Amino acid sequence: MKLNGAQILLESLLQEGVEKVFGYPGGAVLDIYHALRDYPLQHFLFRHEQGVVHAADGFARASGKVGVALVTSGPGATNAVTGIATAFMDSIPLVVLTGQVPTQLIGNDAFQEVDIVGISRSCTKHNYLVKDVKELAKTIKEAFYLARSGRPGPVLVDLPKDVIQSKAEFYYPKQVSMRSYNPNYTANKRQIQKSVGMIKKSRRPLIFAGGGVIASNAHEELCALARKLQVPVTSSMMGLGAFPGNDPLHLGMLGMHGTYVANMAVNYTDLLIAVGVRFDDRVTGKLETFAPDAKIIHVDIDPTSIRKNVSVDVPIVSDCRQALAALNEGFEQTGSEEDFPGRFASWRDKLRAWNEAHPLTYDSKGKSIKPQMVIETLYEITQGEAIISTEVGQNQMWAAQHFKYNKPRTWLTSGGLGTMGYGFPAALGAQVAFPDSLVIDIAGDGSIQMNIQELTTAVSHQLPVKIIILNNSCLGMVRQWQELFYEKNYSCTCLERIPDFVKLAEAFGAEGYRITEQQEIEPVLRQALASKKTAVVEVVVDQGENVYPMVPSGAGLNEMLLV
Amino acid sequence: MRHTLSVLVENEPGVLSRVAGLFSGRGFNIESLNVAPTMEKGVSLMTIVTGGDELIIEQIQKQLRKLITVVKVVDMNEVKHVDREMVLIKVNATEHTRAEVLRIVDIFRCKVVDVSPSELTLEATGDQGKIKALSNLLHRFGIKELARTGTVALRRSMQMKD
Ligand SMILES: Cc1ncc(C[n+]2csc(CCOP(=O)(O)OP(=O)(O)O)c2C)c(N)n1
Ligand SMILES: [Mg+2]
Repeated sequence: MKLNGAQILLESLLQEGVEKVFGYPGGAVLDIYHALRDYPLQHFLFRHEQGVVHAADGFARASGKVGVALVTSGPGATNAVTGIATAFMDSIPLVVLTGQVPTQLIGNDAFQEVDIVGISRSCTKHNYLVKDVKELAKTIKEAFYLARSGRPGPVLVDLPKDVIQSKAEFYYPKQVSMRSYNPNYTANKRQIQKSVGMIKKSRRPLIFAGGGVIASNAHEELCALARKLQVPVTSSMMGLGAFPGNDPLHLGMLGMHGTYVANMAVNYTDLLIAVGVRFDDRVTGKLETFAPDAKIIHVDIDPTSIRKNVSVDVPIVSDCRQALAALNEGFEQTGSEEDFPGRFASWRDKLRAWNEAHPLTYDSKGKSIKPQMVIETLYEITQGEAIISTEVGQNQMWAAQHFKYNKPRTWLTSGGLGTMGYGFPAALGAQVAFPDSLVIDIAGDGSIQMNIQELTTAVSHQLPVKIIILNNSCLGMVRQWQELFYEKNYSCTCLERIPDFVKLAEAFGAEGYRITEQQEIEPVLRQALASKKTAVVEVVVDQGENVYPMVPSGAGLNEMLLV
Repeated sequence: MRHTLSVLVENEPGVLSRVAGLFSGRGFNIESLNVAPTMEKGVSLMTIVTGGDELIIEQIQKQLRKLITVVKVVDMNEVKHVDREMVLIKVNATEHTRAEVLRIVDIFRCKVVDVSPSELTLEATGDQGKIKALSNLLHRFGIKELARTGTVALRRSMQMKD
């Protein structure tokens, strides 16, 4: 039987196991929306296409599945770009379906035409313009395959209206074969042996875990390796949750706002075992002084990540999970006559001493609410049993520092792009994936206003996400830089006019709470978290509080500013 | 250092802009770029001359391989190869200078492909050095226009060790 393009598309989504789609309709995708009623796909209508894509992204990060976004041509597609770029920078698997004007109009500046394939070329893993309905099923198959295999990422498929309307026989290919795309998953044996040898010889080894550990579901393999050898672990911001935050071996995050002990560990380690990371500038600080005493083993599935920013001694192009499993096996084979835990004990003692000398801390003596208190209380109440998303700025850094992420896929944040407005729609996506979990967006008063319209979405789809706004009445992170590096010239960062967030929440049909005194923090948070409804909790916090430690831009990791 | 990269790509719309966009977006430079179909259906060959230190050339190759539509990348500097470029040069040739220009045409084994009372258009093929020498020699007569194809290159059949 022949189906039209819209039906072929939706059949293909079913074949891929898709159950939930995030979207926003428009002229170019009307046929798809029309066909939707005949398919067992749950559609979540957002209020802005940026929200649509962030939600698909949050869904993907929390669940490990490919997130699917559906938007119309022209402005629908351009609105989606920030979401796509966010997912691209953090290697999140998405399939983004955009409507397009009919093929015969392409290039004519038709109504709501943009060259979205051209626009999104540099922020997608790959993209397609489908010109013939006969190519549609195969293209969707490839799009999903590309999105989730190798180094994951967003794939965009542009769908001209006439293609969606014309008919073809539906045949969904069983397999994909692309001669030009064959990611390498298995680690080179010699490199693994070499790594085992180096770890054995080292005195001060350090594991540095990144988002690749989470993407490859290598959490258990990582824990096994670190615990067996009793090697300390630090994480990039993207890697939080890859290793339990409450494990004594975990040093916390490294980099610009990393912990003192993590940055010192990098500075003194003699062997850095970097897994699923890309040595972003926010992590390394000044490259010349990064890990000055260390040999570096670098595992990553993407060859371009290796030797891009730092030179390494043992490059391993591989899936992180497979490489870690091979390392574990390597140590198993060599027998247990070696006492690794004992061997690295003095190194761990040194780290413990550093941490005791300079733990994460802040001045909590005054009456005002410090944002860190709020995060700590959130952790105490939830015991880490929550999915946390964040906006961008100080709120994000405090959430990274003061909450412990004990499981992978419970920490959703825009790392590479640093997209304000990410957290709330991403939280909604995560809630869609896990309707029974507690999902919390830790927000700033600035960022939350970037996608606040999705409160409507939350209420209408009964997604009981909790938004905790750390209201410091300013664009805090930018203000912090102005204080430290721009002569305290607070140009355009102190927000004079801030909406009444409680009333705003209520206007959208959500619950609103406000906390202004320290003693209200715990009871009000408990009340809000226990609610079955979408809730906004505004916490009025100290405007002048800064995020520390801080490695100034361009400085070495050992040049931290402390509290 | 200058490197010549042979890049086999799927011949589909947009592939050129993917490659060009990669170079511009990541700040790599392109000295010349030549694209044309190969004997294999659906596959085109791009020859890209680029420059940079060892790490940059490595990154360029890795980034090219990462493009989904790129089938194969070979750094011609790593193998014995031949490379050629074709150039069309329109040069002044008056009564007084014509004979001398034609002598140069002879020496460089160029062809005259168009003639007018005051100009000659020459076709020359060679490697970068030869093209450069030729245009240097013709310079004093006044080169009116010049069009180059950019380098194309092939591996030598016999890969002998130095
Ligand atoms: C879309 C976008 N625009 C601008 C920025 C630059 N920026 C980074 S942090 C920040 C301030 C965020 O303010 P707020 O959400 O109140 O967070 P705070 O730092 O106060 O916790 C800004 C403007 C950004 N990251 N994203
Ligand atoms: Mg703020």
